[in-house]
Amino acid sequence: MGSTSEFNRRDLVKRAAALGIVAVPAMSVLSACASGGGGAEDKVEKGTKSAKNPLAVNESAGLDVVIFDGGFGDKYAKDAQALYVKAFPKADGKVKLSSTQKIQSTLQPRFNGGNPPDLVDNSGAEQMDFGTLVAKDQLTDLTPLLDAPSVDDPNKKVRDTLRPGVVEMGQFGGKETWILYYAYTVYGVWYSRSNLQKLDAEYPETWDDMLALCAKAKKKGVAGWTYPGKYPYYLPFSLYPFIAKIGGEEVLKKIDNLEPNAWKDPAVKAAFEAYYELYRKGYVLKGSPGLDHLQSQKAWAEGKALFIPNGSWVENESAKQIAKNPHFDLAVGAPSSLSSSDKMPYGTIWASGGEPYIVPRKARNAEGGMELLRIMLSKQSAQNFIKQVSSLTSLNGGTEGLKLPPGLASAQAALQKAGQNIVNPRLQDWYVALQKERIGVGALGEMMAGRMTPDEAITKIQKYADETRDDSSVKKYKR
Amino acid sequence: MKHGKYRFIAGFLVLPLAIYAIFVISPFLQAIYYSFTDWTGLSPDLKVVGFDNYARLFQDEVFWAAVGNSVTLLLLLPVVTLSLGLFFAFMLNVGGRRRKKAVIGGVRGSSTYKILYFFPQVLSVPIVALLFQFAYNPESGALNAFFKAIGLDGVQPDWLGDPQLALWCVMAAMVWANVGFYVVLFSAGMSSIPKDFYEAALLDGANRFNTFFRITLPLLWDTVQTGWIYMGILALDVSAFAFVQIMSVGPGGPDYSTEVLPLYVYQKTFRDGQAGYATAIGVSLLIVTLIFSGIVMRLGRRERLEF
Repeated sequence: MGSTSEFNRRDLVKRAAALGIVAVPAMSVLSACASGGGGAEDKVEKGTKSAKNPLAVNESAGLDVVIFDGGFGDKYAKDAQALYVKAFPKADGKVKLSSTQKIQSTLQPRFNGGNPPDLVDNSGAEQMDFGTLVAKDQLTDLTPLLDAPSVDDPNKKVRDTLRPGVVEMGQFGGKETWILYYAYTVYGVWYSRSNLQKLDAEYPETWDDMLALCAKAKKKGVAGWTYPGKYPYYLPFSLYPFIAKIGGEEVLKKIDNLEPNAWKDPAVKAAFEAYYELYRKGYVLKGSPGLDHLQSQKAWAEGKALFIPNGSWVENESAKQIAKNPHFDLAVGAPSSLSSSDKMPYGTIWASGGEPYIVPRKARNAEGGMELLRIMLSKQSAQNFIKQVSSLTSLNGGTEGLKLPPGLASAQAALQKAGQNIVNPRLQDWYVALQKERIGVGALGEMMAGRMTPDEAITKIQKYADETRDDSSVKKYKR
Repeated sequence: MKHGKYRFIAGFLVLPLAIYAIFVISPFLQAIYYSFTDWTGLSPDLKVVGFDNYARLFQDEVFWAAVGNSVTLLLLLPVVTLSLGLFFAFMLNVGGRRRKKAVIGGVRGSSTYKILYFFPQVLSVPIVALLFQFAYNPESGALNAFFKAIGLDGVQPDWLGDPQLALWCVMAAMVWANVGFYVVLFSAGMSSIPKDFYEAALLDGANRFNTFFRITLPLLWDTVQTGWIYMGILALDVSAFAFVQIMSVGPGGPDYSTEVLPLYVYQKTFRDGQAGYATAIGVSLLIVTLIFSGIVMRLGRRERLEF
């Protein structure tokens, strides 16, 4: 056995350290793996522009699409993919569509490496931050798509077939449209018509009626409201339009623009106090602060509470529990009138786009990605979507001749009733951390659990908003 | 000859060391490098900003809340889990009443208990977290239903919805999920302690309490120490992240009462697009971990007992 004396542990440690030092210069090379790449632009050649191919798609080029596989599934996109292949038979077999719930972890390396897909449904819990994507010039301007003729009527531009507000939502303060929201969501107070009928009531159009109805329900052992306390940022779905209704849309605009003292507006205080009264009088289902969205929706569907702030996806998400009561008759209500001096009429509601689709800047076949979107915005695809997932699309219409499920029919009616009085607060797209974690969990949740008064909540939220405004690492937007 | 030996040894070590350098050392160094940049995580375009991220850490209330909660977990989780593990393992192996033939033995039915204790280890972390989430449901969960059933209608806490209770609720789930592993680990350790020691102690009239503190614990010290470090890393790391992410309000709430460092790293990277700042938080997590292992190694240093 040879001696190991000249090879003791201390030497080994020294050598390992030396290796570490050698690794340092190599780091710049290695770091290229994580964030480098990019390089020369690699794009397919454009095809020939024609009436049938207004975006000049390369007819034989491949297409790479990634869909968020959430509440809406991915079947609607696969159906659109089939239509794309039908329009461009030469691309058959080269159109790749994959779906995932983990958008960011799947796509982040591809964005960093400069080879992103051609079309992405950037949605769900792992949504990539739009502010960052826009600021870092990672997206393609969708204006060519918006100015292209629509599939159904060649005389009408795609832009003119969309619901009001959809194009604006995809803009970030400039002329370019970066995002196209495909689904269209109606937010508000969701309830069962039959559960209200049991109390000889209809949806209360004034807040006094709301309180009276809650008092009546309480006597029968039913709570007035519930909400997902684990995700208190569901409360704004009915609270923000309530604020707009009381004080006018200007108040929400100031809030979105992070203006100083925007939250100190009397309308905010009035709305907060009205909601706090629900808690104070015991009209909120006990235990709500500890429920998640599915648990609160279950309690609500079982008739333990009358109202829940939510969005139109609730019909699909809680379909099984709602189906247990065949007479449930789901409906959505706009915020009740607080007083006759409210600035906006009854019916004012929050509606906006969902399922944000983007075409990355470095997409190889950006035209193909836009063309697939154009196909999805045809009447045929829109109807298919409505039937499959019972949600509206950004295409204005498409519901003709379809028998809509009760919740969706009610949402459609609510939109008609609202007319021009549709509000669209942007905090949840622009400042996610502020909206969800700070305002939602940090203040609204605390207030509705009775651990904070409306005044304290407002002071805290204003402080959060000021901090966000002064935080140079957060990109700011104006509307 | 000497040269030849170096070459010989180096030849064996080149591959593992290269793999280690590429997959362990380089990510560490890269992370430290990124913590000095404004990298968003979404594009390759970044610039070096010096110590800005670290200066921001000192102003960041959420970061300090996360440090506080992580350190609380780090201090309490190993103590509670390991104490319970030791207690159960002792009762299963040594703590039983004396029987005729064996010198020592576990309580009655100890083999069944052993399987039961290990059960949670078979379940994956998300499942355990979900199960506990159901139990904590204030409206229809098992805990509040139990309180109601025994007539405590007035005691209906919001559990995870209450900032005073939330962190304890998460901790309880983590203890439950991990204690079984240590029961098995310590049982294995105890079985290698010679029976003669116990016999001698019993002849001298030692009770269970004395046997445990004078014989079992000292001879098991190495295993306990390993378990301590392992559990501490778990409290700082992925496991804490998974439990908090799945169970807590927000997640991280209510009012940041369950925010922990790994969750904050995740939120900053994947929600806010601030990967540079997130790596700075990650580096501070590394420092906390290093301090922890340093302290444990120092405190735990004892003379090794040969037996």
